[in-house]
Amino acid sequence: MDVVVQLQRQLTDHTASLFHEGFLNEQFNQLQQLQDESNPDFVVEVVSLFFEDSERLLNELAKALEQQAVDYKKVDAHVHQLKGSSSSIGAQRVQAVCIPFRNFCEEQNIEGCLKCLQQVKHEYSLVKNKLETLFKLEQQLIAAGGSFPTL
Amino acid sequence: MSLLHVVGFGLKVGHLLLMLCCWIVSVISMNWFINGGIMDTKSGMFCDSGKMWLKWWEKISGNSCMIHHHYYQYIGSKRVPKTWWKKLLMTWVVGWLIVSFSIFWYMSFQATEKRKETLQSMCDERARMLQDQFNVSMNHIQAMSILISTFHHGKKPSAIDQRTFARYTERTAFERPLTSGVAYAVRVLHSERAQFEEQQGWTIKRMDTLEQNPVHKDDYAPEALEPSPIKEEYAPVIFAQDIISHVVSIDLLSGKEDRENIVRARASGKGVLTAPFRLLKSNRLGVILTYAVYKRDLPSNATPPERIQATDGYIGGVFDVESLVEKLLQQLASKQTILVNVYDTTNCSHPISMYGSNVSADGLQHVSTLNFGDPFRKHEMHCRFKQKPPWPWLAITTSFGILVIAYLVGYIFHATVNRIAKVEDDYNKMMELKKKAEAADVAKSQFLATVSHEIRTPMNGVLGMLHMLMDTDLDVTQQDYVRTAQASGKALVSLINEVLDQAKIESGRLELDAVQFDLRAILDDVLSLFSGKSQEKGVELAVYISDRVPEMLIGDPGRFRQIITNLMGNSIKFTEKGHIFVTVHLVEEVIGSTEVETSSENTLSGFPVADRCHSWIGFKAFGQEGSTFPLSPPSDSISLIVSVEDTGVGIPPEAQSRVFTPFMQVGPSISRTHGGTGIGLSISKCLVGLMNGEIGFVSTPKTGSTFTFTAVFTNGSNPNEYKNHKIKNQSNSASTEFQGMTALVVDPRPIRAKVSRYHIQRLGISVEVVSDLNQGWSNISSGNEAIDIVLVEQEVWDRDSHLSSLFINNLKKIDRRTPPKLFLLANFISTSRTSATTSGDNTPSIIMKPLRSSMLAASLQRAMGVGSKGNARNRELPSLRNLLLGRKILIIDDNNVNLKVAAGALKKYGAEVECADSGRKAVSLLKPPHRFDACFMDIQMPEMDGFEATKLIREMEKHGETSVEAYDNVSNWHVPILAMTADVIQATHEECLKCGMDGYVSKPFEAEQLYREVSRFFQSVPNGNP
Repeated sequence: MDVVVQLQRQLTDHTASLFHEGFLNEQFNQLQQLQDESNPDFVVEVVSLFFEDSERLLNELAKALEQQAVDYKKVDAHVHQLKGSSSSIGAQRVQAVCIPFRNFCEEQNIEGCLKCLQQVKHEYSLVKNKLETLFKLEQQLIAAGGSFPTL
Repeated sequence: MSLLHVVGFGLKVGHLLLMLCCWIVSVISMNWFINGGIMDTKSGMFCDSGKMWLKWWEKISGNSCMIHHHYYQYIGSKRVPKTWWKKLLMTWVVGWLIVSFSIFWYMSFQATEKRKETLQSMCDERARMLQDQFNVSMNHIQAMSILISTFHHGKKPSAIDQRTFARYTERTAFERPLTSGVAYAVRVLHSERAQFEEQQGWTIKRMDTLEQNPVHKDDYAPEALEPSPIKEEYAPVIFAQDIISHVVSIDLLSGKEDRENIVRARASGKGVLTAPFRLLKSNRLGVILTYAVYKRDLPSNATPPERIQATDGYIGGVFDVESLVEKLLQQLASKQTILVNVYDTTNCSHPISMYGSNVSADGLQHVSTLNFGDPFRKHEMHCRFKQKPPWPWLAITTSFGILVIAYLVGYIFHATVNRIAKVEDDYNKMMELKKKAEAADVAKSQFLATVSHEIRTPMNGVLGMLHMLMDTDLDVTQQDYVRTAQASGKALVSLINEVLDQAKIESGRLELDAVQFDLRAILDDVLSLFSGKSQEKGVELAVYISDRVPEMLIGDPGRFRQIITNLMGNSIKFTEKGHIFVTVHLVEEVIGSTEVETSSENTLSGFPVADRCHSWIGFKAFGQEGSTFPLSPPSDSISLIVSVEDTGVGIPPEAQSRVFTPFMQVGPSISRTHGGTGIGLSISKCLVGLMNGEIGFVSTPKTGSTFTFTAVFTNGSNPNEYKNHKIKNQSNSASTEFQGMTALVVDPRPIRAKVSRYHIQRLGISVEVVSDLNQGWSNISSGNEAIDIVLVEQEVWDRDSHLSSLFINNLKKIDRRTPPKLFLLANFISTSRTSATTSGDNTPSIIMKPLRSSMLAASLQRAMGVGSKGNARNRELPSLRNLLLGRKILIIDDNNVNLKVAAGALKKYGAEVECADSGRKAVSLLKPPHRFDACFMDIQMPEMDGFEATKLIREMEKHGETSVEAYDNVSNWHVPILAMTADVIQATHEECLKCGMDGYVSKPFEAEQLYREVSRFFQSVPNGNP
């Protein structure tokens, strides 16, 4: 049972740090609340959908910004998507970077856009790592036969 | 004379200058606005100018044309370098300098020419006269020669001797005024000399010595002369005038001059002149004229030898040239003005002066040739002016004047150009400044908007967290803290909203909504907002709305509420005792009624108030004495007049003028004591303006202020379709419960009673008003009508506790049916509590003021046990589940993650959810007939955004109506579409409505908002299948 307690503590700490460091916000909690018996893997499903979606968008953004004549409308649309999905799962640091990104798009500032793209990629990989760790911990916890700590 | 000239010219120049200036001004001004037309003006104005000026004018106008041309260039190209102008100016100056010099030169030349001409004519005249007179004398001498040839040589013996000759010549001397003497010499050959000498009685003498030693007349002795030497021939004088009788017997051929003369005269047969010489006696310059006397008449073409052969003798006359000329000049006028010199110029290199002083005078001189009939001798007359030529004043003044005019014109142009350049510079500077100012203004507004928006976002977080914190388990102190924090946060947000409003209003971007709202509900809300504060302060708060004001209005409830809140907020801030009273009437009502209701006693709380009639004195709607305005309002428009009356400190007169200026407060200390930004009233004024209304106030220091405003709304009561959407739900539901009841209000103050009656009547209760308890009791006991409720003003209740208890007892004694319920209308918590304790167990229920229909209903319900149901608050979340359970909802979003989350959230409330990821799919799915109960649509989507999709769907619903009817019993399709958006700014309510959406929810979902929106479509708990 020691393992379970330890895992539980780890999970709690990790989640707390995620909120504390601003990777996630209230929305993620709400997401977790939406998960119930009828829909046990809701959070994981949504988040992996988010990963898929974001990776696709990031790739397209990188491609779009590499081009000679940048289609800012397209870039803006992609960023908008990214912002929407990140806000939906509560990945607020990604969302936060999207705001200046869109401003740069409006100004058609290629340097700003590229900088923002780097930032978004960075934030995205961070939050992805964190969330993957979170899910891994959860899985381990379930595997160990424990239950989720009350949030 | 010349002075007169100068003065005249000066006048002329002045006149010209004036004309020129006028012309230039007119031409400039004309050309400034009208292009072209210079030529016409010029020709029109100057065709009758003098010939001399014409050239000048042409030059000037040509120049000005050029200048104008350049001016246009200047205007056209905006910035011709300044040096260009300087060059032009220099050219102008130099050019006119040259022009004026040439004019000067031309005029002085003209004058000199004229002078020369005068001199010439004068000189010629003199010469001709001299010649004429000389000729007259010469003719006379010639006549004498004929006389001698006739009477001396023609007669034998001679009819003339010396004496006869002398006498004759003496007596005819008047005919020869210029000859001083005449003598006759005869030709004597050497062969005849002896005979001749003998005949005459004297020897022929020679002349040489005589010539060399000129002696005086008296000393002159011909006897002393030597006899002539032997020569081939001689010409001794035989006759002579008495004056020169001394020359008798002298041989003229022996004198060099005379000999020459004689030889020439007899060869030519004409009169011959000697060179001028000093006369023997008078010592004046003279010439001798010699004629030959021939033996017979010779033909005119006789050869000189023939003539010599035929010569008999020689007659000679002495001419005194000097006196001759002098006499002549004396006869002529203006002899003073010129000097005359006469020269013998036979020898060109050495002219011999015959007359005139030898004053060497410079300048002008004219030479006329004189012809005295001797071709050998040449004479000239030289004339000069005595005075030097006068200064050419005319030329000087003319040229100087022209120069001055030209320079003045140049100066005018210079000044004009400078002025234009300066003005242009100033203009540019101002434009720059204006741009800067505008940019600054835009930046300010943007800054305000950005900052307030940026603050609002985290503030929403703070408030949300506080809200959540309230729901957790907190002890009393913590709850108090949280409440305080929340209140402060809300205050901050409202302040930010105000600033944002101000910025919006300033940039003209504020637009009003046009939605249906219940005015009474809004005023109830506002009242409840301020109730806490008013109770704290002990200020009575009341609202009265006229019955004629329709229940539903269409307008902007938010902004209306903002105005009311601002005014009431101000009132409550500055009121320590008394009341705050809000009244709403139709404008027509107020104009119609001329009642003076605000006498100092007859107010809500008994405190005097400012006369509110004065607050709308300046309104335009009232200015026309209510003649046109109330008669012709559009059928649907409702003009409301709202007054907020308080009994506060009032506004000092000196501050009243700037009440509506933003950020202006009565004094700096005000903001410290009362807080606030001073922006509220200015926003209110703007908002009132947007509602086509006016705002005004009247204020008496220490008594109170009344703010009044009008606003125009549309009547929203008649259409039935909106009934389901009524916002006010609580009072509505309550109203049925009390229907048919009768209440008795005991209140001595008519206005307060009126307010109470208004609120009670809203619940469907009929009301009777009495002024005191006794009257009330008699009213109850008379039993004409069953009284269910008795409401007593606390003031009345406390006045006489005995009467009060008696009243209670009396009520209990009523046997017929259940006794009426007794309520106290109380103002202040503290006093109500004390009275409650004193009254013992018979305590009547207390209703706290301010009266609001909802609160009144709740109190009555509680006391009477009518239809008491659960707390409305706790119903909310389950009701959301109730609303959504089993509903089929379509969610449109291009973002998969969002889609999933939204679907999850709605599923949680029991809805059946279907998802689609584009506007196009939404359109095809929602093509009627379909089974969806509602649609949540993202706005920003690629290809087809939410607005567009909604428009298409609405189109389809309209057109597909007929075919649909068969399918279902739905009369018209209108699937509720809600916009989902993360950006509240972007999706304004208006825009959503415009394209047919029914509302919007923020993304991610917020339970309260979702409920509010959804409840508008799914009004009741669904029973079974929808």
